[in-house]
Amino acid sequence: MALAIELIGITKRFPGVVANDHVELKVEEGEIHAICGENGAGKSTLMKVLYWMLQADEGTMNVFGQEVRFASPTEAIGAGIGMVHQHFMLADQLTVLENVILGAEPVHALGLIDFDEAKDHLKKVAESYGLFIDPDDLVEELEVGERQRVEIIKVLYRGAKILILDEPTAVLVPQEVEELFRNMRDLKKDGATILFIDHKLDEVLAIADTITVLRQGQSVATVKPDQVTAQDLAELMVGSELPTPETTESTVRDEVALEVSGLTVIDQDERVIVDDVSFRVRRGEVLGIAGVEGNGQTELIEAVIGTSPAARGIVTLNGADVTRATVRHRREQGIGYIPQDRHREGLLLPAPLWENAALGHQTQQPFSKGIWMDRQGARQRTEDIRREFDVRTPDVDVPAHALSGGNQQKLIVGREMMAEPSVLLAAHPTRGIDVGAQAAVWEDIKAARRAGMATLLVSADLDELIGLSDTIVVMLRGRIVATLDPATVTPRDLGAFMTGATSAGAA
Amino acid sequence: MKAIPLWKRASLLLAAPVAALIFSILMSSIVLVLSGSSPLRAYADMFEHASRLETMIDILNRATPLYIAGVAAAIGFRMNLFNIGVEGQYLLAAIVAAHLGAMVTLTPVLHVTFIMLVAMVVGAAYSGFAGLLKVTRGVNEVISTIMLNAIAISGLVAYLVRLWQAGGAIDPGSAQQVGTTPIPESGLLPDLNVVVEGLFRELRQGKELTGVLLVAILVGVGYHVLVNRTRFGFDLRASGINPFAANVGGVPPKRMVVAAMALSGAIAGLVGLSEIMHIGFFPANPIKGLGFTGIAVALLGRNHPLGIVFAALIFAFLDVSSGVLQFTGAASREIVVIMQGVIILAAVVAYEIARRAREKEEARAAAEAMVAV
Amino acid sequence: MKRLSELPAWLRWSLYAAGGVLLLTVVQTLEGTDRLTSVTSAQSMLRWAIPILLAGLGGLYSERAGVVNIGLEGMMILGTWFGAWGAITYGAWWGIVAGIIGGALGGLLHAVATVTFGVDHIISGVAVNILAPGITRFLSSEILTNIPGGSITQSPRVPGVGSATIPFLAGGTIGNWTTPDLFGWLGTREWFFISDFANLLKGVMTRVSWVTLIAVLLVPLTAWLLWRTRFGLRLRICGERPEAGEAQGIDVYRYKYIGVVISGALAGMAGAFIASPELSGIYLEGQTTGRGFIGLAALIFGNWRPIGVLGGALLFGYPFGIGLRDLDGSASHGLILVNAIGLAAVAIWAFTRSKRTDTVLALALSGIFALWYFTTDVVPDVWINILPFVIVLLVLIFFAQRLRPPAADGLRYRKGQT
Repeated sequence: MALAIELIGITKRFPGVVANDHVELKVEEGEIHAICGENGAGKSTLMKVLYWMLQADEGTMNVFGQEVRFASPTEAIGAGIGMVHQHFMLADQLTVLENVILGAEPVHALGLIDFDEAKDHLKKVAESYGLFIDPDDLVEELEVGERQRVEIIKVLYRGAKILILDEPTAVLVPQEVEELFRNMRDLKKDGATILFIDHKLDEVLAIADTITVLRQGQSVATVKPDQVTAQDLAELMVGSELPTPETTESTVRDEVALEVSGLTVIDQDERVIVDDVSFRVRRGEVLGIAGVEGNGQTELIEAVIGTSPAARGIVTLNGADVTRATVRHRREQGIGYIPQDRHREGLLLPAPLWENAALGHQTQQPFSKGIWMDRQGARQRTEDIRREFDVRTPDVDVPAHALSGGNQQKLIVGREMMAEPSVLLAAHPTRGIDVGAQAAVWEDIKAARRAGMATLLVSADLDELIGLSDTIVVMLRGRIVATLDPATVTPRDLGAFMTGATSAGAA
Repeated sequence: MKAIPLWKRASLLLAAPVAALIFSILMSSIVLVLSGSSPLRAYADMFEHASRLETMIDILNRATPLYIAGVAAAIGFRMNLFNIGVEGQYLLAAIVAAHLGAMVTLTPVLHVTFIMLVAMVVGAAYSGFAGLLKVTRGVNEVISTIMLNAIAISGLVAYLVRLWQAGGAIDPGSAQQVGTTPIPESGLLPDLNVVVEGLFRELRQGKELTGVLLVAILVGVGYHVLVNRTRFGFDLRASGINPFAANVGGVPPKRMVVAAMALSGAIAGLVGLSEIMHIGFFPANPIKGLGFTGIAVALLGRNHPLGIVFAALIFAFLDVSSGVLQFTGAASREIVVIMQGVIILAAVVAYEIARRAREKEEARAAAEAMVAV
Repeated sequence: MKRLSELPAWLRWSLYAAGGVLLLTVVQTLEGTDRLTSVTSAQSMLRWAIPILLAGLGGLYSERAGVVNIGLEGMMILGTWFGAWGAITYGAWWGIVAGIIGGALGGLLHAVATVTFGVDHIISGVAVNILAPGITRFLSSEILTNIPGGSITQSPRVPGVGSATIPFLAGGTIGNWTTPDLFGWLGTREWFFISDFANLLKGVMTRVSWVTLIAVLLVPLTAWLLWRTRFGLRLRICGERPEAGEAQGIDVYRYKYIGVVISGALAGMAGAFIASPELSGIYLEGQTTGRGFIGLAALIFGNWRPIGVLGGALLFGYPFGIGLRDLDGSASHGLILVNAIGLAAVAIWAFTRSKRTDTVLALALSGIFALWYFTTDVVPDVWINILPFVIVLLVLIFFAQRLRPPAADGLRYRKGQT
């Protein structure tokens, strides 16, 4: 079969990093081709290079056997390449039709848009690929899956023959993933070539015809799904034995550090997001919370740290009721917090590192004395964090945005750990950081656990959950639906509980 | 391993305002040449005049309220709030303070303190209201302060001026000015001529260095200490940079918004002091525009306590120079207003360019650090 | 019953207007005046509304392209000067053209700062507002002072472009034939509400300046341009989601530039109108008196839609128009009651949606206005000056969450940072 896309020796450098290092890729016409790799392996950069949002420093790209060189995505679109971004490129207050035709509007004289013609064309495209949507709906009224469909229609509307999907399943719930895969197979049947990024290996194995693995910017292997297992793929991605966090002996003590009973959180639209949740975390214990994203884990954490109010229930910290306490009071009483989105909730990006180290602890020694900030103390402490947690930085006065993701995360973990919290709330503590930093973070949590810290761990990384936790609970639609023993549970079992495939009780 | 040397940091910091100044001098020169005046002669006249002690006093007197207004705006900026309402806040605060100040009899120190407190409370309340609207009703503070400005200036102040107007001409020294009842001597800050004359020589032309200068200095020092040295200042800046991160760090964002707006308004309340303390009452036709110029001064001074000093002095120098140009006829005096406008536009553009250059530099340095270690 | 919000915009706004007129009619009966719905009130309302309308439409083009423009005031100031100078030097129509160009130059400056250099929109707007009076003052000192009758703060008389009365509806002439005057006839019938409405309509159709006519026609033209054409869709994407536009190969910077320059041009036209005999007949320093900001208020009040901007402009122009002729203050006094009743209506609306805080707040405010109305007979004249701003504040207090500004309005956008 002919090649739809061929990349030869594609190299893209950023200051200090080689994001793509002589990548080779061959995508056959009419196949579904997956690109997988760890975070930071260079997948997103490669996608942007394919779509000419970025210009490669070296290498060539062939489309349908012809070498191409485009100045912008517009030209790539013209050559039949379309991209569905991970973060949808849609305007919420515009209609589906307006979003789809944007940039390719059929017009009468005077630039008047021919809406009838546009609607006909949209319907024709949508129907021929079995994608159903009302062109007059406002995008803001659509579900996530429907929005993705609009993005795909947008690309097809322009006559794309090659579709690039950037982590299309990341935002979808399982049923929507099935729907998407059905659509992808239909598209393939109609002759489209699909290239998609994913790092959920079971999904890749289920849908792809060919898989290319990226590791540290290089293309390390191209395989067929029937020749490999998920384990093989994972090892290709990481490059060696998989580092899995493994806790050895139990360090769980008797004293309860954090107790949550009957906690219920209700959102602005009066929906119950966290529904009557109860659990205890003892000193030296890691309680893992598993669940598909959007099932109330984030809100649970917010209610425990105090940024969103509990509608009902009690939060007890080291024996004291803190349900109505301010965030500051809770932090002073020993709650540490590693937020899931470090840019949004963890850092003051333009502020120097030492101020970032003070954030959340600014009322405590050594960051302040009474109403005064202690700049000397804060700097000293930041130096300590830098040394002990291996934060790679020229000095503690550079702003946080200058650091790489992994170093930013090490700074956050360091500032929380140095405060020796009695309870740590860790939400996806290793998301989006490199393997080395990941191992370091795991090691830090284990060390603190040995020292008696209680940890509430939310993670989408099931190996991380199983490896670090002493107990795992599964959240589904705001409720705790299962309590499991990490020593006996497998990721597959966990996945079944998380999606509601297995409903009953305990392990 | 020092990745960004000090000289480089300093030059990045200073390059922008210097470039802005040069650019605006260039622009003004072009305008002057086009209008048939000699830029060199105009600038020579301006500097020659500014080197006189009396003119320096004028510049300081003018810079004083501009500095206070600049700090008021800067407090908002540090919290990512645009207090466009400094103008309305200071006028409203000044008239209420002048009126109440004239109503009471107190000992000197207490009296001055009372007037200042009234001004601060009125400013804080009016500005805090905008903060309250933001956090409780989701009203953007830019829009609400613009509306509140209009309500204060063409509504409340215009009304109160007439309501509280004292009969007839008041101050025999300043030709038939009308306004609120004069504040007794005990409520006025003394001038600082003693200090000036002790240091230099006797002041001629009846010039007085305003005592409010001391208030401005206190405001500046207080601002620096509060923002850079206290926990409250840390919370304020953290909230301004990233309200979400500040929130999980224990800083309640809504309370900080109201506090910052109120604080900004309290300082704005002091802007009018230099007028009511100088002439002793709130005049029917007060100096306007100090609030808006204050915003410009804060921007030019990068919200930095010392930066605002320089910015206020530059603006005051230009203001005072306009009189000089009028007098010598070297050029149209209005050129200075254009210079002020161009400086501020050029400065914000230059700061933006410098910010991008700095970020690139920092990212490069941090990337090198990663590889090097 | 169909929900009000499901009706087409023009019909919905017409209903609001009818409701407003009904309210005015009731109040003026109570107050014993006829000034609230007289022909001359309507005439001066329209005159005062035009600069607000033009500035508001200007704001619309800019903010729909994602650039907040509080520099409208400054651009309007440029418009007054250039408008007066152009009209005096080259004739009335050239004055309008000069005003448009002057304002557009101010817009261009704002565009350069915000779009090319990425300066914060509010900051740049403040800078434009500081710069504009400086420029006009300088120009006055260089140019106006050399014209007989001119000085550094004002110009000699500015000629106007002429006007027309609409035939048939308001009795305008075609050739030498004076057509029937439908609304004039209805207005003198003394039929409750119908005559009042007819008077107001006759007012806005009598001796209408050509510029006024153009300004009003700009409303449907803008709606058509922004919502029906390719240009409009692309401009709006820049205000909603510029990255999406960029991904489809749209030159976002270019559309932002166009939007902001049009914005300045319309604000400049508003300025030229202020200096024209329709309102002043002279350039006078400081004569815009914050009307650029009121235009911004009309834009917000109108929820970033052309027909809404027109509604806001008429609403805010109305008290100014009334205030000028209201020698005994009875009409201004009546407007307090209008406010009280309006707030009571808001309270009922909030109550039906079981918003407790809003209901209580609206009732309390309504009570305060009612108390003010019933305990006084006269009202300070400043009241009429601040009424538009009070209304906007009230609208924001109760409806800020329901307003839909363009999603990316005011956000810094840099090419290639997606």
